[in-house]
Amino acid sequence: MSTVPLTHILFVSTALFFTGMYGLFTRRNMITMLMSIELILNSVNINFVAFNKYLFPQKMDGIFFSIFIVTIAAAEAAVAIAIIINLYRTHKSIDVDDATELKW
Amino acid sequence: MNAIIISAILGVVMMYSGVLTKNTSAIRNVAIVGLIVLLGLNMAEGCGYQLFHINTKGMMSFEKYGLLFNSIAFASTLIYFLLSGRDIEKVGVYVAEYFALIFFILCGVAIVTSFNSLLLLFIGIEIISIPLYILTGADKRNLKSNEASLKYFLMGSFSTGIMLMGITLIFGATGSFMLKGIAPLVTGAADAPLNIWLVSGLLLLFISMAFKVSAAPFHFWTPDVYDGAPSVFTSFMATIVKAAIFVAFLRLFDGAYGEMKGAWQSIISITILLTLFIGNITAVFQQSVKRMLAYSSIAQAGFMLFALFGFNEFAKEGIILYSAAYSLATIGIFAILIKMKDYTFEGFNGLGKSQPVLAATNTIFLLSLAGIPLTAGFFAKYYMLAAAIKNGTQFWLVIFAVLCAAVSVYYYFRVIQSMYFKTGNAETSTITPAFKYVLIVLAGIVILLGVFPQLLLSQMYF
Repeated sequence: MSTVPLTHILFVSTALFFTGMYGLFTRRNMITMLMSIELILNSVNINFVAFNKYLFPQKMDGIFFSIFIVTIAAAEAAVAIAIIINLYRTHKSIDVDDATELKW
Repeated sequence: MNAIIISAILGVVMMYSGVLTKNTSAIRNVAIVGLIVLLGLNMAEGCGYQLFHINTKGMMSFEKYGLLFNSIAFASTLIYFLLSGRDIEKVGVYVAEYFALIFFILCGVAIVTSFNSLLLLFIGIEIISIPLYILTGADKRNLKSNEASLKYFLMGSFSTGIMLMGITLIFGATGSFMLKGIAPLVTGAADAPLNIWLVSGLLLLFISMAFKVSAAPFHFWTPDVYDGAPSVFTSFMATIVKAAIFVAFLRLFDGAYGEMKGAWQSIISITILLTLFIGNITAVFQQSVKRMLAYSSIAQAGFMLFALFGFNEFAKEGIILYSAAYSLATIGIFAILIKMKDYTFEGFNGLGKSQPVLAATNTIFLLSLAGIPLTAGFFAKYYMLAAAIKNGTQFWLVIFAVLCAAVSVYYYFRVIQSMYFKTGNAETSTITPAFKYVLIVLAGIVILLGVFPQLLLSQMYF
């Protein structure tokens, strides 16, 4: 059974990273924007695990780093959801285009 | 290590004190006493007295420099609590939680001043950022505050994503997160050619750090976030947090980028040029003092970037002095601004007659930010420019910085002009005598540092 080469995995993670970035800049729905940020963070996770497995199999550093990223992404998502709910209460909408008190 | 653990414990203590009592002045006193303990233990660590002996596997190192910066950050926070503690209580009902979040941020500050590994840089910056998103949106019924926190969150996590992508590329190229492990590959000491992953990783890391310190062209979130956040918390995040991230930036350069000075200097000089230009020119056109201070903080970040440009002993001393001078003066100005009813320049009309002490101390702080001699800001700017001149390559940049400092005098003096030379009745909320005494002491410290900067800098060497 032949193994998947590193370049394929890097291709997937880069594609995910730019999908996330594209979503962050084009979508106006806050939940979708939050999902885009999670995509960016997860693409980084894939990168870390792939580098660790293919290039430095004797180490564990990359895998530990991805655990830290997962933890911090969870904390960030909790705060983000709180902010979005709070904004929904005042604006009755979760579209960023409706949030125009400050010059965007 | 003392500072990291004690500040985290103090954060938890503050949360419990919010459960046990609803008396806000008791909560404030707990916070002040806790901060004094934290400051004392951090100074004790500088003298070799450690409470905890934890093997960090070389991922952190506690040097004189980082500890001195911690002391400055904690002392500034103490002054901030004494001046604006009562205003924190006015933001909302969860007073203890605000103090708790500030202590967690201080924990992050202590981490980013002593990291040796990119893992801890990432964790430290996130520990600083996540509580700040919450503090920005602390004024829950205010639409501006909500939007500012949303915007800050989007921009902050976007730059975190960029930083993480940079770190993974560096990991792919070097197989290490340690600054010591990265440096030989960056400098070419190891026999490997400089590969594309490493270069793009370092560049992404640089961009994300520029985002965090709001250097142009990544500054656009700063004015809106600083304007929308409750003024008390703007004061905190424009001063202590920003200075801490600068120290982290300098540490990162010291470890990983150091020997490649030539290649980075052109990028940094463009960043400095844009930051100084945009910060100063846009600040001139502002009508609100709070927004003017936000742009002024971008302009001051441009001066602090000279430390990275020059990158020698002058720069290291300079950033300590700059962060002290800038933090103290800005905390003072914000404390006075919070007391005003009207945040525009007209709101300050006639303050010199109605509140002479406030007006006089405000003048000293503004002079310090503008960099007038006999105030701390003068020597801070002097050290930064001296570092760049000693480095000796791009002299035109120093001339440009001096011109920008001259522009900055215009908008700082506009406040002084409306306080003393325009008639009007500046309305303030009630000013307690204690507030005035702390302001006078703070102004005294600013002048003392301006006359004897060695008082602070000599702490670095023994």
